[in-house]
Amino acid sequence: MSAAGIPRGWEVVIGLETHVQLTTRSKIFSGASTAFGAAPNTQVAFVDAALPGTLPVMNRGAVERAIRFGLAIGANVRRRSIMARKNYFYPDLPKGYQISQYEAPIVEGGAITFTLADGTTKAVRLVRAHLEEDAGKSVHDLVPNVSGVDLNRAGTPLLEIVTEPCLASAEEAVAYARALHGLVRWLDICDGNLQEGSFRCDVNVSVRRAGEAKLGTRREIKNLNSFRFIEQAIAAEVRWQIAELEDGRPIVQATVLFDPASGETRAMRSKEEAMDYRYFPDPDLPPLVVTEAEVEAMRAALPELPEAKRLRYVTELGLPAYDAAQLVTDRAMAEYFEAVLAAGAEAKPAANWLLGEVAAALNCEEKSIEACPVTPAQLAGLLARISDGTISHKIGKTVFEALWQGEAASADAVIEARGLEQITDAGAIEKIVDEVLARSATQIADYRAGKEKALMSIVGQVMKASGGKANPQQVNEIIRRRLANGG
Amino acid sequence: MSLSSNDIERIAHLARIAVTPSDVHDVEAKLTGIFRLIEEMRAVDTQGVAPMTHGLDMTLALRPDAVTEPDRREALLANAPASEAGHFLVPKVIE
Repeated sequence: MSAAGIPRGWEVVIGLETHVQLTTRSKIFSGASTAFGAAPNTQVAFVDAALPGTLPVMNRGAVERAIRFGLAIGANVRRRSIMARKNYFYPDLPKGYQISQYEAPIVEGGAITFTLADGTTKAVRLVRAHLEEDAGKSVHDLVPNVSGVDLNRAGTPLLEIVTEPCLASAEEAVAYARALHGLVRWLDICDGNLQEGSFRCDVNVSVRRAGEAKLGTRREIKNLNSFRFIEQAIAAEVRWQIAELEDGRPIVQATVLFDPASGETRAMRSKEEAMDYRYFPDPDLPPLVVTEAEVEAMRAALPELPEAKRLRYVTELGLPAYDAAQLVTDRAMAEYFEAVLAAGAEAKPAANWLLGEVAAALNCEEKSIEACPVTPAQLAGLLARISDGTISHKIGKTVFEALWQGEAASADAVIEARGLEQITDAGAIEKIVDEVLARSATQIADYRAGKEKALMSIVGQVMKASGGKANPQQVNEIIRRRLANGG
Repeated sequence: MSLSSNDIERIAHLARIAVTPSDVHDVEAKLTGIFRLIEEMRAVDTQGVAPMTHGLDMTLALRPDAVTEPDRREALLANAPASEAGHFLVPKVIE
């Protein structure tokens, strides 16, 4: 097996289609609210329910968000794009067609860069991103043998973002999905809420023998709404496809669902015939035209993008590639980081603390960085006391904890109140060292017999006796000197 | 272009229109007539003419992103053959 979990002699080809729910207040073609969690069918305009005689009117906010995305990924933003009908019948689709885009989508091409765990980066080419409306929701457990339909979601604006089939492993697919998730939140076009279905991925997977030019037959895993499920579903699907082919059974194109409980993918009941959506331009909606001035105004208003920040963090701040990539997964995180630097901290320790202590504490309390109780200025103050030697890194964690709990307004105040200042006075440290050595005959003998580990035990004892406040380097040096002198 | 009766059955199924076996021949003749019309139009030289996607020479109107619609559930559900707990009820559709 290779590192990515793909057996030797096989190649995996993956493409993603992601449905990103746009953050507009109202629906794409009506003035009904898009707020999540309302009572069923209370946010449905006559247009959303497809009453005869009603006409859709496009939401400018949805168009602007699509354009912002296109500009951010270096794509071609079509100045004239076409709305089309995708025809199929399902009870949660009242019109009998979904309004989407087909031949001339608003965004074409572009690329998204992602960083893998080893710090290498890769760019995914996108085919397109098009505007469309979401369908309603079917509920199957409301009444026995009957389905319930809630149209609150019908007409919610989506941007469907389609990659080329150019990802080579589950790890790459997840890294891309995370980068895309970070970007749409960065641009403030999607709230990124996976549980509420604001970011849903369909994953196309095929395998082929290494070196083969032709793509294998793909199967599409539908509706994955967590990064962990994307990874597990692809792994399961790849295993299954390779096993089938090795047993001489060809892959049949199909739509499959991932069952997190069993960890397996299974084909949905095969349709008797291939879907034929009979797309055609929607006669209700003339061409969507955006002007040069509108596009340029939106380009000028774009924030610094995560990829630009990532490169700047590496080249100007000297951060390792992976750290830089981690900091830009979330715009609020990057802004916090930059605020810590603005308050005087050095980049590397600031990054280490943010991705280490701060991220762990946030995770533990399920808080976002926006809700971090420790302000950037407080963190910078703490880092300053570590870098000038007032406290050790370890005591720094104690101070951080105190700041987190709101014990004091600044690191200095915590250090002062708790008497945490590092002992750097050689005389004071020597005194503690001598006390510890006096009761460490065994360790001293071990050390002299060549056991370096024994020294660490003595250092530990001294640190403990000093309440963690002695400077560890000084402690180390003093003990070595004492023992070398035969003390 | 000519259509087979299989084509007719497939198109009818996709459109969820019931076409009885005795109607297939009649529908086939009508649809073939429409296709003949399309063939005639295809014969016109349109080299250099941008494809038209809409009958009127106008562009899409955009509205501001604002919530303007009230809750209309009562009225909508009153229109439905069956409803319960705020939902439209339909025959079971789970796969």
